Amino acid sequence: MVDITPADGIPPAEVAEVELYHPHSWWTKYVFSQDAKVIAIQYSATATGIGLVALVLSWLMRLQLGFPGTFDFITPEAYYQFITMHGMIMVIYLLTALFLGGFGNYLIPLMVGARDMVFPYVNMLSYWIYLLAVLVLVSSFFAPGGPTGAGWTLYPPQAIMSGTPGGQDWGIILMLSSLILFIIGFTMGGLNYVVTVLQGRTRGMTMMRLPLTVWGIFTATVMALLAFPALFVACVMMLLDRALGTSFFMPAISEMGEQLQHNGGSPILFQHLFWFFGHPEVYIVALPAFGIVSDLISTHARKNIFGYRMMVWAIVGIGALSFVVWAHHMYVSGMDPYFGFFFATTTLIIAVPTAIKVYNWVLTLWRGDIHLTIPMLFALAFIVTFVNGGLTGLFLGNVVVDVPLSDTMFVVAHFHMVMGVAPILVVFGAIYHWYPKVTGRMLDEMLGRFHFWVTFLGAYLIFFPMHYLGLMGVPRRYAELTDMTIMTESAHHLNSFISIMAFIVGFAQMVFLFNLIWSIRHGREAGGNPWRATTLEWQTPHTPPTHGNFGKDLPIVYRWAYDYSVPGAKEDFIPQNMPGSFGPSREPA
Amino acid sequence: MSVILVFLLVIAGFAGWWLSHQRLTTKPWLEQGVAGDFVGLDRSALPTAKIGLGVFLAVVGCLFSLFTSAYFMRMGLSDWRPLPLPRLLWLNTGVLVLSSIALQCAVVAARQGQIDMVRLGLATAGLTALAFLVGQLMAWRQMTDDGYLLSSNPANSFFYLITGMHGLHILGGLVGLGRTTVGAWNGARPGRLRLGVELCAMYWHFLLFVWLAIFALLAGWAATFIDICRQLLT
Repeated sequence: MVDITPADGIPPAEVAEVELYHPHSWWTKYVFSQDAKVIAIQYSATATGIGLVALVLSWLMRLQLGFPGTFDFITPEAYYQFITMHGMIMVIYLLTALFLGGFGNYLIPLMVGARDMVFPYVNMLSYWIYLLAVLVLVSSFFAPGGPTGAGWTLYPPQAIMSGTPGGQDWGIILMLSSLILFIIGFTMGGLNYVVTVLQGRTRGMTMMRLPLTVWGIFTATVMALLAFPALFVACVMMLLDRALGTSFFMPAISEMGEQLQHNGGSPILFQHLFWFFGHPEVYIVALPAFGIVSDLISTHARKNIFGYRMMVWAIVGIGALSFVVWAHHMYVSGMDPYFGFFFATTTLIIAVPTAIKVYNWVLTLWRGDIHLTIPMLFALAFIVTFVNGGLTGLFLGNVVVDVPLSDTMFVVAHFHMVMGVAPILVVFGAIYHWYPKVTGRMLDEMLGRFHFWVTFLGAYLIFFPMHYLGLMGVPRRYAELTDMTIMTESAHHLNSFISIMAFIVGFAQMVFLFNLIWSIRHGREAGGNPWRATTLEWQTPHTPPTHGNFGKDLPIVYRWAYDYSVPGAKEDFIPQNMPGSFGPSREPA
Repeated sequence: MSVILVFLLVIAGFAGWWLSHQRLTTKPWLEQGVAGDFVGLDRSALPTAKIGLGVFLAVVGCLFSLFTSAYFMRMGLSDWRPLPLPRLLWLNTGVLVLSSIALQCAVVAARQGQIDMVRLGLATAGLTALAFLVGQLMAWRQMTDDGYLLSSNPANSFFYLITGMHGLHILGGLVGLGRTTVGAWNGARPGRLRLGVELCAMYWHFLLFVWLAIFALLAGWAATFIDICRQLLT
């Protein structure tokens, strides 16, 4: 038990004003802004915009799968292009950018009690390079030959051969260039997120007092900084293979009866590099979601998070373990059985810290004062969905089960549940939770509930049947399934049903977008702290927070982030910056 | 992938050491107030810019470790023909060492407040780094003249790729060095100048280390060294 020191004796932690950049014109205030909050909104808006493109691409794919042969313009080539761009956009340009660039930029400075990121200029550059990467990506839709159709994993040799859409045209070159730009831009932003957590924390904000949201984003950023170079290396080497005829990945191969100039390269080398990035990427998306959902549950159940320390250790443990499981994506590449055995073991071990997190969320809910607000609904939906997707992961983590299932819709169902639907549910919950802080107004409640139920139930109706299709043996990556014997009439009906549900769920997202825009002007006034939450971003003197976040003096932190329903306290929450000691549990042990 | 895993192990060691100083086993729900116990947990006493550069160097190290990993994996395949390195690389190495030494002198001078020596050190470092880049380009020319083209063998491809990447990083460093040098002539505040010079020196020493490592790699000594280690282990 540490005793309370009166606030008078402590000098406020003040950042010298010269260090804070002050904009002088409209352009530097709203466009080329160095304020992390503006950059966060720019990141989020760009990610949402490109995400909508990916949503439309998924509709086009479902049109083809649900009603094969009906739409002439969806050729097999076009279908592969849709698949590739949908996957790449959703994983990298939407989820990674939104969680780290969007939520990271907005929440890290506010939650740790800083005025801004530590390197605001580099932070601004990060966004503009990200935007450039997105524009290069979009330009491939208009390039001769269209975007690449190599699949989101871009496996060579097919990725750069003429049989693949964009392989010998501009598609693959623009894709690789865009990824290289994205990684450069992300590294700039990532340095900021990490160093701000290390050096920007206000007085009293020790690492063990950080909200789990910050822990999640922090660890994910460290992982991303170490994992993205692998994708960078893979992209540069493939670009050289494609543009200058080197043979890093390209084996001796002939195409249309003609021997290509490549010789002796190793496609497996690319797979190793790609998945050395690709598997940590799953947790780069999941860890911020874990962190955010912990805060949503604690706040809306009015109860401290269960096992805070264990949650922190689990986040760090998952982050470390995720670097030694990459080859479980390569069980079908013909690897040494002992190699597969090793990776199956590490994969199953990672379930332990993940399960600890799930238990802790459930135990936080146990006997809590659960308010079924929209953020809480999304958080609950996340837990259920994540458990579902995680359990099929235990199947696929075993070599013998993975080999027959690897090329079926079962895998599609698994990864959409665990790293598509689950993180997106958290994104929605987080937007409903923090929108009042960003705009000063609440999102519309009725539209929000409509959005939640259609999205949650709809996503299950889309992805649950895919498990059955996969177990029947329906393959993934096929543009045309009509002539296959596995495709019984009922399987076709199921496919049409999934497609119709996909349109309905997509439509619900339009309602959500309308809500986002409409509520900026017409939403109910929120006040500074509508959820009665403890963390620092809700204690700012202005809502939305002004440039510099905290007025004249930075807040001083006296307690951890989860003092909800403390016995003896006046209210059922105690903000982190409120001095004083409460509750019987505070007696010396 | 063993090189990158070893590198990550080193990073994990740093992270673990740092985490062990964050009192991860405390019970934050029992601790209230801003007591004296927490001094030292707030932030590091090092300048923020240095920590930022340190994190960035970890990313750069990761990048070159991955190139090295790819090099070793590709090397094992049958079409690999090792190439003789031009003697010029020895001279370039010497020039880069000079560059680092010049910057280290600038750091010492900046700490003692001798602005003339700082300017001399910065200018020498910049010019020698430029000379290194020119030397690397000349080495490339020699290689192509001798018929070791980029795409004719993977060993050649890796040579151009890795030296090119290293050159690009030097080029980026020259931008920072240029800004610091301009500041040294236009009368930047002594504290700021000192920090700038120290950051440049840190980056330069790291890139020198990377260069020595990839020189050893490209010359084949790294592979011999690993073979010896492997034989000792088995």
